[in-house]
Amino acid sequence: MATIQSIAGELEPHPDVALVERVRGGDVSAYDELVRKYDRQIFRIAQHITQNREDAEDVMQDAFLKAYEKLDQFQGNSKFYTWLVRIAVNESLMRLRKRRTGKMVSIDEDIETEEGSVPRDLADWAPDPEQNYGQAELAEILRKTIQGLPPGFRIVFVLRDVEGLSTEETAETLGLSIPAVKSRLLRARLQLRERLSRYFRRKKGAKK
Amino acid sequence: MTCTEFLALLDDLIDDSVTPETRAELQQHLRGCDHCEVTLSTTRKTIEIYRSHEIYDLPADLRERLHAAIMARCKKGC
Repeated sequence: MATIQSIAGELEPHPDVALVERVRGGDVSAYDELVRKYDRQIFRIAQHITQNREDAEDVMQDAFLKAYEKLDQFQGNSKFYTWLVRIAVNESLMRLRKRRTGKMVSIDEDIETEEGSVPRDLADWAPDPEQNYGQAELAEILRKTIQGLPPGFRIVFVLRDVEGLSTEETAETLGLSIPAVKSRLLRARLQLRERLSRYFRRKKGAKK
Repeated sequence: MTCTEFLALLDDLIDDSVTPETRAELQQHLRGCDHCEVTLSTTRKTIEIYRSHEIYDLPADLRERLHAAIMARCKKGC
């Protein structure tokens, strides 16, 4: 327990550190707090990777249970949240592999595509283009669009841009190098932009 | 600066991790290049839309059910 404090050094310890220490001391209710704090994010990440509701439910349970079991292995040199995300990503990939038996599913595979490297659709978007769609319709467009990305791009975009992890945390979580995360992020952003243009571009004839 | 060079620094510009000198160069390129201006603004918008819209909601009843299942197993020592 002292290790967490000493690694954190002079910096103010993250509030999760105190909760983790309480759990290690046998206070299960502190774990309840941690679960409530991060369950939505973990569920979202699991859905993005597995693209399956039931799998995401299982991943969420398994990730929190595994984290609880392995709490002694949590060193405190990364944030509890980043550590938890890493467990959830691994659980999600395992589910995905089970479901797609025979097909390789890896975030390490190099994706041979030049799509998105050079933007082709250069039409500007309507102002506040999302307002042209109802909530449910917009959510469907966003889901469909992001599901079309290769898994290795999708995961990087979700962790970095949706869940707000830093480049370093994303690299650590996925076991990728920082240049690999950066390159995937750029391509993911550009591919999503290109695909969303279909829905959000200014209508022909509309003046800028 | 060419469009390819601009594109290589697009993420750094969006993530606000460029030096003031590089930022000035990028801005100078933008002033004369509509294509890169559109790429920048629509890429920013793409990120903003994904960040601000919940596309995989966790309904309250499901959340409570999963939560109860997790905590029951934790209390039993998993």
